[in-house]
Amino acid sequence: MLKVQGLHVYYDAIRALKGLSFSVAQGEIVTLLGANGAGKTTTLKTISGLLRPRGGSITLAGQALEGVEPHEIVRLGVAHVPEGRKIFSRLTVLENLKIGAYTRAAGSVGEDLEIVFSLFSRLKERRRQIAGTLSGGEQQMLAIGRALMARPKLLLLDEPSMGLAPIIVEQIFATIQAINREGVTILLVEQNAAIALAISQRGYVLETGTVILEGEASALTHNDLVRQAYLGG
Amino acid sequence: MELAFSIFFQVLVDGIVLGFMYALIALGYTMVYGVLEFINFAHSEIFVIGAFVGAEMLLMFEATGALAVLHPALVLLLVLLTGMALSGLAAMGLERIAYRPLRGAPRLVPLISAIGASFFLQDFIRLIESLWRNAFYLTYPTLPVLEKSLKLGAAVEVPLKSILVIATALVMLLGLYLFVNRTKVGIAIRAVAQDPDTASLMGIHVNRIIALTFFVGGAMGGVAGVLFGLQYSLISPYSGFVPGLKAFTAAVLGGIGNIPGAVLGGMVLGLMEAFAASYLSLITNGAFGAEYKDVFAFAVLILILIFRPKGLLGEKVREEGA
Repeated sequence: MLKVQGLHVYYDAIRALKGLSFSVAQGEIVTLLGANGAGKTTTLKTISGLLRPRGGSITLAGQALEGVEPHEIVRLGVAHVPEGRKIFSRLTVLENLKIGAYTRAAGSVGEDLEIVFSLFSRLKERRRQIAGTLSGGEQQMLAIGRALMARPKLLLLDEPSMGLAPIIVEQIFATIQAINREGVTILLVEQNAAIALAISQRGYVLETGTVILEGEASALTHNDLVRQAYLGG
Repeated sequence: MELAFSIFFQVLVDGIVLGFMYALIALGYTMVYGVLEFINFAHSEIFVIGAFVGAEMLLMFEATGALAVLHPALVLLLVLLTGMALSGLAAMGLERIAYRPLRGAPRLVPLISAIGASFFLQDFIRLIESLWRNAFYLTYPTLPVLEKSLKLGAAVEVPLKSILVIATALVMLLGLYLFVNRTKVGIAIRAVAQDPDTASLMGIHVNRIIALTFFVGGAMGGVAGVLFGLQYSLISPYSGFVPGLKAFTAAVLGGIGNIPGAVLGGMVLGLMEAFAASYLSLITNGAFGAEYKDVFAFAVLILILIFRPKGLLGEKVREEGA
């Protein structure tokens, strides 16, 4: 469904991605692993249109995405949960979710809201609250719920476990699996390799802007390099 | 003390009128600051465009005899709506021509462009009016109905003009409140103000929202322009400078970027000015006259900003790292 080929991205003169290639098939969960600065976040930002590639191609179900504006990419079915959640902290929980449905017709919003509330009942309890007052875990739930309001075909998740207690991380990842079972394809970027590989079908290991290793998640879990670098031996 | 008491109500009404006027203009500064973190110094000319559109329409109605035939309420409605629409469009055009091409440039660059646009618009209005009427100071035609007053009790009279300003401002503020808080586009404006990149990830066309923000802010300024003309009669292409500066001050006083703050700041400044103008000489036995009203008002402003540098309702406008 998503095919990235030979992607080159620069921050001014600094090259962040050097010919990165990978693909995500319909219905999969795919993880990108790598150290800080390997280019994981850059990859997601380029797919969602926040960054312009200098070379290479990104296609979603055959359609070229490079050079398309971010607000149009959302309409093509890609939702991005950015690093650090980036919820609108001065808006209420409900307003955050409504703004997630910005591209949707008004009629379907109520139904989508119920779906999100069924996944995250906390958000329903706190829907009138200012989003900035939520706990870290609740904010992550809101960020994911907000992205789901766009009814994406492909969900990009950037470090959903960041700064959260292990028990919350488990809940969030269980929900990610549930979302995937409903037919949403997921591209996941994670530092927490163990839990990411546990829910993924496949994975890629990035180093300085290019793929150095790829394979089935189960194979990567047992790979020596991955064990040493990302799974703590 | 007799005198001080008997004029109190009059001064209060004057202060409220002035306060609403500043509040309407201040909204344009604060809303644009919210989405772009930039002061649109040409907003005072957007206000003046509203004043001139109002004057030209009323003069046209007067010349064609329509002023005597049409119901005054209809006349006022037409004039206010047209002033609003044209000021809004002018603000949108200004953004497109003078600011959008400079997006991403160092912060001082669009600011200089704004100052340039301000001078350009002043002299452009002067040129048009000079060619058209051979004069660029215009006097608003009087609407007889607005010259009346409403008597409240024995000693208190409220001019209908003041009631018009207050009522119009309240309608505009309520409309803006509902728009910004209850509509999808209004929520989008607040989302863009907080984090434009993430807003674009929601499918929001950020440039369109910025243009819309200029339109809404400009429309508020246009209404204020028409009301200013009706209230104070004489306008010129340079009439925007002082009210614009005071409204900008009001926006900073309330907390720049904060919409309720702009209204509160405008009201505080308007009331301080009106009370200083009337009471300074009474209280100081004539040592300080009404001409010190601005000194007093700005002294209070400086004091408030020393203790609350972000303004009365100020908050962080944009998230860190966004």
